[in-house]
Amino acid sequence: MRLATVLRVLWSHWTYRPLQLFALLVGLSLATGLWTGVQAINTEARSSYKAASSTIVPNALDHLERSDGLPIALQTYVELQRAGWRTSPVLEGQVRAEDGRLVRVIGIDPVTMPEQMAELTTPGQPLQDDIASEPASNGLIAFLAPPHRIIISTDLAELQDERFKRAEWIESPNLPFNTLLADISFAERLLGQPGEISRLVLDPKQSRSRVQLSEIAPQLQRITNRSGADMARLTDSFHLNLSAFGMLAFAVGLFIVQGTINLAFEQRRTMCRTLRVTGTSMQVLTLALMLELLLIAVIAGGLGVVLGYFIAALLLPDVAATLRGLYGAQVSGDLDFHMGWWLAGLAIAVAGTFLAAFWSLTKLIRMPILAANRPRAWALMSSRSTWWRLIVSAGLMAIAGALLIWGTGLVSAFTIVGAFLLGSALLLPDAMVVSIRLFESLARRPVAQWFWADTRQQLPGLSLALMALLLALAANVGVSTMVGSFRLTFNGWLDQRLASELYVRAANDEQSVRLQNWLAKHPKVDAVLPIWSVDTRIGGEKGQVFGIADHATYRDHWPLLDKTASVWSDVAKGRAILVNEQFARRNRLNLGESVTIGEPATASSLSIAGIYSDYGNPHPQALIAVDLLTNLYPEVPRRRFAIRVAPQEASQLASQIGREFDLGGRALVDQASIKRRSVDVFERTFTVTQALNVLTLSVAGFAIFTSLLTQSAMRLPQLAPVWALGLTRRQLAGLELLRGILLAGLTMVLALPLGLGLAWLLLAVVNVEAFGWRLPMFVFARDWLMLGFYGLFATALAAAIPARRFSKTDPAELVKVFAHER
Amino acid sequence: MSVRNFIATVLMFLLGWLPTQASAQGYGGLGTRAEGFYVPKRGAAIEFPRDHGAHPGFRIEWWYLTANLRGEDGRQYGVQWTLFRSALMPPDQQAIASKSDWQTSQLWMGHAAVTTPDSHHVAETRARGVFDIAGVKVAPFKAWINDWQMAARNEAADGIGAVDLRASGADFSYDLSLTANGPMVFHGDRGYSVKSAEGQASYYYSQPFYQVEGEIDLPTGRVKVAGTAWLDREWSSQPLSQDQRGWDWVSLNFDDGSKLMGFRLRQSDGKNFTSATWIDADGTATAYSNNKVRLTEISRSTTAGRLVPTTWRVELAERGIDVTVEALNTNAWMDTSFPYWEGPVNIDGSHSGAGYLEMTGYE
Repeated sequence: MRLATVLRVLWSHWTYRPLQLFALLVGLSLATGLWTGVQAINTEARSSYKAASSTIVPNALDHLERSDGLPIALQTYVELQRAGWRTSPVLEGQVRAEDGRLVRVIGIDPVTMPEQMAELTTPGQPLQDDIASEPASNGLIAFLAPPHRIIISTDLAELQDERFKRAEWIESPNLPFNTLLADISFAERLLGQPGEISRLVLDPKQSRSRVQLSEIAPQLQRITNRSGADMARLTDSFHLNLSAFGMLAFAVGLFIVQGTINLAFEQRRTMCRTLRVTGTSMQVLTLALMLELLLIAVIAGGLGVVLGYFIAALLLPDVAATLRGLYGAQVSGDLDFHMGWWLAGLAIAVAGTFLAAFWSLTKLIRMPILAANRPRAWALMSSRSTWWRLIVSAGLMAIAGALLIWGTGLVSAFTIVGAFLLGSALLLPDAMVVSIRLFESLARRPVAQWFWADTRQQLPGLSLALMALLLALAANVGVSTMVGSFRLTFNGWLDQRLASELYVRAANDEQSVRLQNWLAKHPKVDAVLPIWSVDTRIGGEKGQVFGIADHATYRDHWPLLDKTASVWSDVAKGRAILVNEQFARRNRLNLGESVTIGEPATASSLSIAGIYSDYGNPHPQALIAVDLLTNLYPEVPRRRFAIRVAPQEASQLASQIGREFDLGGRALVDQASIKRRSVDVFERTFTVTQALNVLTLSVAGFAIFTSLLTQSAMRLPQLAPVWALGLTRRQLAGLELLRGILLAGLTMVLALPLGLGLAWLLLAVVNVEAFGWRLPMFVFARDWLMLGFYGLFATALAAAIPARRFSKTDPAELVKVFAHER
Repeated sequence: MSVRNFIATVLMFLLGWLPTQASAQGYGGLGTRAEGFYVPKRGAAIEFPRDHGAHPGFRIEWWYLTANLRGEDGRQYGVQWTLFRSALMPPDQQAIASKSDWQTSQLWMGHAAVTTPDSHHVAETRARGVFDIAGVKVAPFKAWINDWQMAARNEAADGIGAVDLRASGADFSYDLSLTANGPMVFHGDRGYSVKSAEGQASYYYSQPFYQVEGEIDLPTGRVKVAGTAWLDREWSSQPLSQDQRGWDWVSLNFDDGSKLMGFRLRQSDGKNFTSATWIDADGTATAYSNNKVRLTEISRSTTAGRLVPTTWRVELAERGIDVTVEALNTNAWMDTSFPYWEGPVNIDGSHSGAGYLEMTGYE
């Protein structure tokens, strides 16, 4: 028989069962879509880091900065150049545009810019092409001389502002978004910071006879580049997290696909037998089946890629905000559609389909030509496969256990999570069988006994869908527990950490002194606490050291995880140091051990008296007595203060300070707005996670629905005898509905410990590896109830449709079961 | 010094930002028009010390020194020290009141190199004309950029008769004392040097009579050196015509004390424009206009992935000159913002001696 005819015959199956085809297409598109979406987000974010590292002057090359973080004086730059240093000035700041947007302004000097800086290119064209674009000979002059050529990121194209109006604008895809690049002469006026330099980028080709830095500019320190590669490493955890979700969603989607394909193959065994008997060779039949699968995979894959694009576009702004907030990584919120996604999406859809169909296909090929037609055979998984599942599950659990004990690093952490989840999912059918047997043994009435026995018999056919549901539910419980725990911890921590009512930063030292005097005399002010810090080395790593006053604010509120008995007095006496959790964990430091601060040559050593939580900060941080800080670093800028005042007086005091000292914006912030800002960052992180969570759960719900639906048609042979024994169709339909709900309910009960296990892994293993902090676990039983309610409701809905269909079945259909000598 | 270092305009194209555009207008954009900038005038007198200083109304200018030295180890060394100045805008726009101290109408660039028979060390440094990071002062003379400088040894002295020279790069540095034992030499018509048949020209004078002593520091160690040096001063606004593609330039010190400066400008139509100055041992200069001096390629070498002529035949029939000029080190490629070849040469044939060769436009 010709291939086309065979294909037509095979395809007729789907025309009779459009729902099955629909389930297959939706399952596959969802799986592909979630996967593609996550990949798109990751790709976009990574290419942004690359762009940032290559065009943004700040971190691409080593540079010099003042250790106190203040701007570098022009004179210092001049002296360095004359002393043989090859540096290029960069001035960076933010300016509020007239439309309210806060724009990042980077002023550079293209004349001294090291060639490496100019050579660095991004996908697209090199930055220098933007600076010196046509007419080429005048490009650099246009950049250097009034009215100036400025380079803006594409998202600023619509920016309205008088100050930029006269300049010539070049839009560049090379700039991270929300960035304006200009000559330093233009930037310093725009920023209102004449004569200031943020950092001096070091030309990699330095003159060999230059004077030592410590002789010429001791206040400067060399900062080794924190390049895009570092940014990528820093954010790896986040992307791994997303990838893990993408994988999970894809796996759940494949469960649906496998179930449906399996069913379709089994239902077509008779058809295949007929085709074979009428002379179709096995080769033609196999080829036809594979072509059919390919067609379905390509269609579903295509739909999936489109879906993935929308998912990515929807989530990317939140992802971008999260990355910016957590890591300071600049990621464009815009999404480009890449050709590669089509290919990758289609490839994974096709690969997934064939993976899912592999078992069915091989079975079909091996089928003897006149084998008995046993439509239920597919569902009756042999006991052999049970053993296999148990062995694989035990293996996965062993891997998880071993890694938990000996593993380190983020990949290990995620492997634990993956192995644990999969290993548990594989145990589900057996766990269900055990529980159902338990119920069965308790059943006394015949209908009840039949109900349990039949449920157990139906299990193998549903097990894949139930495993998908289990994974999705467990992920949901796990992630929401983690998010909830984090939110609770974080809010509590913010309350402790931001105990002061007002935070103020003076514009200069002179103003700082005036401000202190003024505050000291103010009747409403309870205390003024310095927030002075230096960027230096802590235990050899780059970090920040703060000086703190001996004050009740710290003693009562500072969020210490671990402390010695005399922690605060030791710190106040300059004998001890407090370090943040991530630093302590990374270096496996405990109380009483000593840690050095400062550059290696001049470092001082202090004993650790406490470890505090410091969420959201990827870098080492330490606290010492403020007197010790000013002793060690006499030049430390003394401009930032926290002010304690009765909460109801805070806003009045803020406006008084604002008027008196002409401070505002970022220089004068109240507690509430800092908290709001901090919480916002994390909320957006969780938006992404939760969105993926909901999507995964929907996929699982859909899996249950399609499994029940496709099975219902095949339930007649099981139900007909019971009907013949006297149960009404209504009663039977009711039992069917109850069975669906029961199975889902049971899965949920089993998902709960699994979810809690997952939450623990996320909080105590993944978080520690990814961020350096460990979070206490809080359980939110109400959330589970809600989840349980939704899950049961969805399952009931899914079971109701087939049950209803059964209740309407013509009795003649049921009688036919006996006529067919089943 | 000749046309050679007209490269300076390239300052405007810092970092080699526009090779395609530039090639349509001669090497380094030197063929671009001079609108608004001052142009050299025939007959205008060059005066000292005034003209040792900068001429910001002209688009480009340089202080270009090359030295042929011999070390106490007996080896030959070549040293280059160059300061380029480039004006961003014509003089009438330079006066516009600036709102930023960074604003400048002048850019500066330094090139330094040391060439040995088996190595070539190059450095480049750039600066805006602000905060006195780079510049030229007349009395006492000092030309500098960052830590590199050519400065009068005796601060009370007028002029450039005795200067100290220093520069350093990532893998070399040098510190040399120069003393002139001959007069200034004017090229062309009393310093008005024509560069093309259409009449493009520059102001061009030299001090080719420096005696040098000092020290070079290389990765192989420090070495004391002595020899001769040649300073070229040149400024202009549009020295090349639009169809000129590059040039070959030599400064030759013959053993009898006489000297020859010669250059060949290569045009896109395959023809050349040549010019030369013969300098007697006492400093008497004779200019030779187009086609009197002949520069002929003898062989090329591969350096930095390019084929560059590193052996030449130089002829000046009027003076009985027919010599072969051969690079001391064929790899004297200047891998700078705009690349060119510049290195010491040895002379053989009718006369013998040592000198410098420069070639541009071999992309």
